[in-house]
Parts: sequence; structure tokens; C-alpha cells
Amino acid sequence: MQGGEDRRKAQAQKNIVEVEYHGTKGLRYPHRLNFYDKPPSGDITIEEFETCALDRLRILAEIESSFVRNRPWEELSKITLAQCEKYLQLNSNSAKTVDKEAQRKKDHVGHFVLRLAFCRSEELRRRFVKAEMALFRVRYEKDDAQELKDFQNSRDFGWEEVSAKEKADHEEHLKAASAWSNRDVNVLTDGYYKVKWTRVPDLVEKRRVFLKAGMAWVPSREQSSIVFQEFQANLMKALEMTAKALPFLDEDTRIVPILNNLSQGFLAGVSSEWSTATAGSGNEITADMIDDMARKHFPACMRNLHECLRRDKHLKHFGRLQYGLFLKVLGLSIDEAITFWRRSFSNIQDDKFNKEYRYNIRHSYGLEGKRANYPAKSCQQILMSDQPGTGDSHGCPYRHFSPDNLQTALLSMYSSQGLTAADLPEIMNTVKAGHYHVACTRVFEITHARQGVAKGEGIGGGESVTHPNQYAARSRELEREREGASGKKEDDGDVVMG
Amino acid sequence: MLAFYRRLYPYKSIFGWLNHEHAPTKRFTHREWAFTLPPDTYVRYQSFADAEDLKKQVCQLNPTRFEIGPVYSAKPRDRKTVRAANFTPQLRELVFDIDMTDYDEIRTCCSGADICKRCWAFIAAAVHILDHSIRDQFGYKHLLWVYSGRRGIHLWISDKEAMELTDEQRRALVGWLTVIQGGKEMRKKVNVRQGSKPLPPGIQMALEPLGPIFHELILLDQDCFAEEEGWETLLQLFPDPDVVRGLRAKWEVKPLSSEAKWEDVKNMTKAGKDQKTHDNIKAAMEDIVLQYTYPRLDAEVSKHRNHLLKAPFCVHPKTGRVCVPVDPSTIDRFRPERVPTVSQLLRELDEAGASAGGEAAAEHHSDWQKTSLKPYVDMLDRHVAALMDETRRAKRDAGPDRSW
Repeated sequence: MQGGEDRRKAQAQKNIVEVEYHGTKGLRYPHRLNFYDKPPSGDITIEEFETCALDRLRILAEIESSFVRNRPWEELSKITLAQCEKYLQLNSNSAKTVDKEAQRKKDHVGHFVLRLAFCRSEELRRRFVKAEMALFRVRYEKDDAQELKDFQNSRDFGWEEVSAKEKADHEEHLKAASAWSNRDVNVLTDGYYKVKWTRVPDLVEKRRVFLKAGMAWVPSREQSSIVFQEFQANLMKALEMTAKALPFLDEDTRIVPILNNLSQGFLAGVSSEWSTATAGSGNEITADMIDDMARKHFPACMRNLHECLRRDKHLKHFGRLQYGLFLKVLGLSIDEAITFWRRSFSNIQDDKFNKEYRYNIRHSYGLEGKRANYPAKSCQQILMSDQPGTGDSHGCPYRHFSPDNLQTALLSMYSSQGLTAADLPEIMNTVKAGHYHVACTRVFEITHARQGVAKGEGIGGGESVTHPNQYAARSRELEREREGASGKKEDDGDVVMG
Repeated sequence: MLAFYRRLYPYKSIFGWLNHEHAPTKRFTHREWAFTLPPDTYVRYQSFADAEDLKKQVCQLNPTRFEIGPVYSAKPRDRKTVRAANFTPQLRELVFDIDMTDYDEIRTCCSGADICKRCWAFIAAAVHILDHSIRDQFGYKHLLWVYSGRRGIHLWISDKEAMELTDEQRRALVGWLTVIQGGKEMRKKVNVRQGSKPLPPGIQMALEPLGPIFHELILLDQDCFAEEEGWETLLQLFPDPDVVRGLRAKWEVKPLSSEAKWEDVKNMTKAGKDQKTHDNIKAAMEDIVLQYTYPRLDAEVSKHRNHLLKAPFCVHPKTGRVCVPVDPSTIDRFRPERVPTVSQLLRELDEAGASAGGEAAAEHHSDWQKTSLKPYVDMLDRHVAALMDETRRAKRDAGPDRSW
């Protein structure tokens, strides 16, 4: 009885709040930022449905391509804002002359249409969430301070303030947790909020918080992290629910084609050209050719794996994966691949090889298990995922070798192709700045100078290396061009002789 | 082996440990099991209704080992009948694996699959640190440490919140705990701070107990810096070339014990020209202590819910030893070579049977009570009891409104 009354009271109070809220603002979208909790209601035309989605897709595709190209966040943010300016303006509350309601509705509708288009597979969902998350963050960071505060207050993020006593008890720890930033931190005057650590996994992973009994103590300037995490988690959950509900949707025959179209557009936006082998174009290679090719055409990561394989007569799991897929895409057929690995693991008995390795090789060619055609790993994947542990040889030498080992390795690998000790300082500087792909591209330029590659030209048209196969493919192309050219010259000579 | 799985394996305790209560729940029925069958077959996606069902299958297949996976959204056995999208991992103990092979570059006593009393000290140090960090920082309570049967140790965390972690959260947690990073070609494997600034709080707290361990284990017992290869590796961890030159000149001339060499390093901090060099050397020393003693985790095992890990009380096929639970508070005294082997247990069982006469001939569920497996099963049972208590309490708290 008592409980019922309380509930009614609470309900009444809530109603008042809501009435006030609508009364004072009179707006459907009081904030520029939107957590997209509720789907848009009301009628929209099919054209509106499509344009809202397409315009938003243009922005998301740009964001995704920025990720793929490894652009730094500031650049991504700038590009995204420019793209938003073009396709999806979203003004702050202080803007008086524009129809903010219409802008915000477009933002709202576009988001929900794309949800329908991208909820259908795990892969699409993951990419959509990542891109949406970036868009939200770009807008969040550019938002007006007061409006941001209003927005934060409009939701309950479930954080609890850390008391002065608690702060004093753990002053040292809180200070140490902030040591990564170069700011002066005054623990006692700064605000700290306690949340379950699972809500800020990114801060935990980078050790930017203090953890105690499962609670992360987040400094107020990192508060945004909680908001982003909440946004991401909400969206992921909502997408999974949409995916489950989608088959039961009483849908119109006009909508499905639009949705299909949209999801394909997103997929096409990113190159996946290195996912299939270049077989059939006279590019087939055999197991015997690899030693020679490695010396002439492979980027440092693959050279290193190749040399480790020759030296140890073995590679660990991720090394086999990275190298094996690379060779597959290079054009090594499954039979040749088995031959190659069998010979390389010369210390291993046939029996053991057949038991432990053959299946995995066939699996990577899509001949076992779920029969997926795995693409070769891109530089981004090699740099970011499956970090090499002790005793592993995979990864990117520019990132995962210590500086002096890298220098020694580069000289031993590439000095026959024209790399000298004088080139090293420049390369090491880019490595130090974290631009591993730039360093790799520079090595490519140096080692292909004899084929006429100039500094800044990269792997053609100034592009830098983003995929080991791209490196190798371009190197082989250059060699063929040169062979073609010198072959022709000889022909000409013959003619003169004749 | 069959006799062990028929008469000694504690199915009931394992059931309770995975299930958290007496009546079978999804935590058991939707759980994946995988069997390794001789000579080389691997059967995945098995699932069972209860402990009896599991026992029946184990005795029928007679596997060399079996592994436990996650709780799926459907029974793994029926996975072909549901859509792939509806068959996803939902719950899973948070697991860790520490393996002696990751210490090969620092231990001087053994290498590869071998393990001795001396190198067990590395594992013991790792257990101390990890057990404390996880309880204190993440607040988990239900930790079960299990000897892996040969050269490592597993940790299973069964707290409700730990079971519910997503892969992303698991990755973050592993990131927080991982200090040793970098492949063969990376010499300095500890890179967790900015310049010479203080260590992040979690690691700073771990450093305190590691100081004495470093002294005991690395300097005295393993004597890691006695040989040239050892101390050259040590020198490469100092950023300041002057320091390195000074120490090398001294150490090249006369052989010194590791302890004496570390004393030299300590004196360098005192003799430091200015505050900055002093800080740098101090930071480098802390990092060295970490590099040599901090737990080396096999991160891949912990990051994904669907990673399979060998079940406790399985028999290690190479050593014949049972994968028994280990009490972290007495880990220092744990001796891998004293863990019971299958043949020893079966002998004990025969002896017990002989002395008790004919009436014990019938198979019995609690045959393990008559063998030296008993203390280990009891340990698991105590762990299970605490888990079940917690589940009961949670159920009561969430129970229906008792206003009547």
C-alpha cells in the first residue's frame, strides 16, 4: 500500500518535471547532441527517408576512411566537421536564424534509418557503432560548454562524486594515475567521480584512472569518456535488438531495397582489394620462388618473419597467420603453400606437421571450418591487434623492435638494395614520432630508387604503405616495368644489328 | 585413465562450481565442453544436462583431456538447429594463464617444458601479485587457482560480474594488468610510464612486494646477472650511456655476483650528477624489477569469452599429474612434483579397497575421499560453497516483494 502511494507520487512528480521541461523549452530537441534513445515519430516521406540516410552515410563513410588511412584524431575531426557542414548542419542553441528543429530532426531520422540498414550483421554493427561514436565525439568536443553541461544534466549517467576524505586518503594514487598527462594536477581541488570500471574500459586499458574494489575513479576532465562509453554501449544494445526485431517488421517493399543499397554503399566505401589472391593473372608463385622474392620485394615485417622461419625452422601461431595470409594474397596456391610450410618446418616430423599445421593452413585458405576467405592483415591490423608476446616474431618491426635492433635489422635486410647507415636517422625519427607506415614507405622509396622511385613518391602517386601486400605488389610491378623496358632495348639492338 | 575418470573425478564439485547452485541452470546446460580424444581428434560444442550426463560421456569417450568453454545463448549440442546469430557466448569465467615458457629468457635453472622448485618461485610471485591486484582493484572475490599439470597455473574467476564481462571489457582488464610487452626483438619490455614519472597506481602497489622477491629470486637464487649474457641484457635496460659504460668497465674486469652488481647500480643513483639522472636511474631500476618479476600473462587466453581452458582435475597427458586447485596463501610451499599422479591415486584406491574388503567393490561417488586427492577436492568444495552462498543471497535480495 505504502509502496503504491510512493510510486504514484513519484510518477506525479515526474510528470510535472516533464511538463515543465516541455513548457519552458517547447522544443522536441532541446539539445544539439542526441543520445537517440527514442525513434522519431510522425510521418516522413520516402524521399526524406532516403536523403536523410544518404547524407548521414556520406559523413560516416568519410569517418571510416579516415580510420582506415590512420589519420590522427584532429584531422579526422576537421574533415568530419567539413563534411557535416556540407550534408548535415547542426547548429547550437544560440543560432537564431536557422530552423534548428528541422536540422535536428534530420539528424535523428538519418540515424535511425541507418540503424535499420546496419543492424543486420555483427560486422556492420561494429563498424556503424565505431563511426557513429566518432561522429558523436566530434560534435561533443565542439559543443558549447554551457550546452554541454545542460546535456549532461539531462541524463543520469550514474556517477558518484568522490568525497574529500577519500581523495585525501588516496592522494598519491590519484596523482600517479594522472602522471601520463603533462598537466599539473591538484587532486584535492579537482572533481572525481566513481563509476563501475566496466563503464570506462578505455580508461582502464590505458591505466588513466585509479581502481579500487571494482570502481574507477574518473577525473572530471575524463568525464566525457563515461558519456562516450554509455553512448556506444547503448547503441550496440539497441542495434542488436533491432536486428532481432527486423525480420518481424511489417515492412514495405519500398524500404528494403533502400536499406540494402545503403549497407552496400557503406561496404564499398572502404577498399578491400587486398582480400583476394591475384591468381590467374600470370602471377602465380611457387614455393621455390619465395626466398628470392622475399629478398627483393617484401616489406620489413615479412622479411623478418621469413628470416625467423629460416633460422628457427618454425614460427609461432600469429607469425604463421600473418605470413601465411600474406603469401596467399601474393598468389601462393594452397598446394604450394603446403609445400612451402612443410619444407620450412624441416625439424618437424611429417606426422606432427599433418596433425598440427596442415589444417590451419587449409583453414586460412577457406578450405576447412567455416570456410571463410580471410584477407591478409593490413598494416593497421598488424600494428594494433594481437600484440607480439615474448618469443613472438610477428608484428611490425618499425613498431615492435627496439630502436637499435630495428636499425641493425634494416641494414642487414636492405643494404644490398641501396639502404645505407646515412638513411637511418631520418627513418628512426619517423619511427619515434609513431609514423610507422611513413618509415616503411621511406624504406620502400630508398630501396627502389634504382627503379626510379623518388622521395615522396611512395608506392605510386605519393601514397604511403597501408598494406604489406601493396608494398610487395608495387615492388614486383616496378621490377616488371624495368624488365620490360630493358627487354625492349635489347630488341631494338637486334634490329639495328640485323 | 578410464578408472580415474570413472571412480575419482569429482564431477559433483565441478558441476557446482560451474553452476553456482544445486539445480541445473543455463550456466551448466548451455556450457561448452571440448574433448581431446586419442590419437588426435578434437570434439567441440559438447554440452550436458547435469553432472551424471557429463560423467557418462567422459567415461564413454575416455578423452586424454577436456576443456571448458563459455555459456552460450543456446545449448552447444543443439547449435546446428539455431541460427548462427542466436548462438553467441554469453557468460564465462574470467580466466588467466601463466606459463613458465614465458620466463625462459630470464630463468637460468631450466627451459622449455621443464620446471623445478626454483623456477616455481616465478609462478608463486605472479600468483601473489595477481591475486592481490584482482581482489583489491577489481573487487572480485571468487578466485580459483589451478595448477595446470606441468609448468603453469590457471586462474578462474567466477564472480557474477566477472562472468558477464564482454570481450572489450576483458581486453581492457588485461591491458590494465599487462606490464611485460614486446616480442623477442624488444629488449626493454616494460614501458608503462611517461619518461621517469611515477608508475601508474596499480603497478606501483605491485612493486612493493616485488622488491624483496627480486632480491631473493633474481639476485640470489637465479643469479641472473652473473654471466656476461645476463648482465649485458641488464645494461641494455639503462637509457643513459654513461651509466652503462661505467658499469660495463667495472664488470668486464672481475666476476661479481648478481647481488654485488645490483649494489653497484644502486650506488649509481647515489652518485647521480643531478636530480634528472637520479630519477632516470631510479625509474630504470623499478622497471627492471618489474621486467624480471611481474606476472607474465598469456593475454590471448583472457581476452575472449570463447577461449577454451583445461578443466580442473583433468590429468595432464604428459606428466600424469592431476590439475589440482592451489591455495594462493600457501603458494610458496606448493611443489609441483608432489601433486598426485593418476597411477599413485589408483594405487591408493586399490589399497583402500583391499583393506576395506569386498563391500567397497561397488563404484562409489566419493571414492576420492580415500586418496590423497581429498584435500584438493575439499578445497574446491569450500570454494563452491562460498559461490552458492552468494547466489542464494543474491536470489533472496532480488526475490519477490515480501510485504505480506
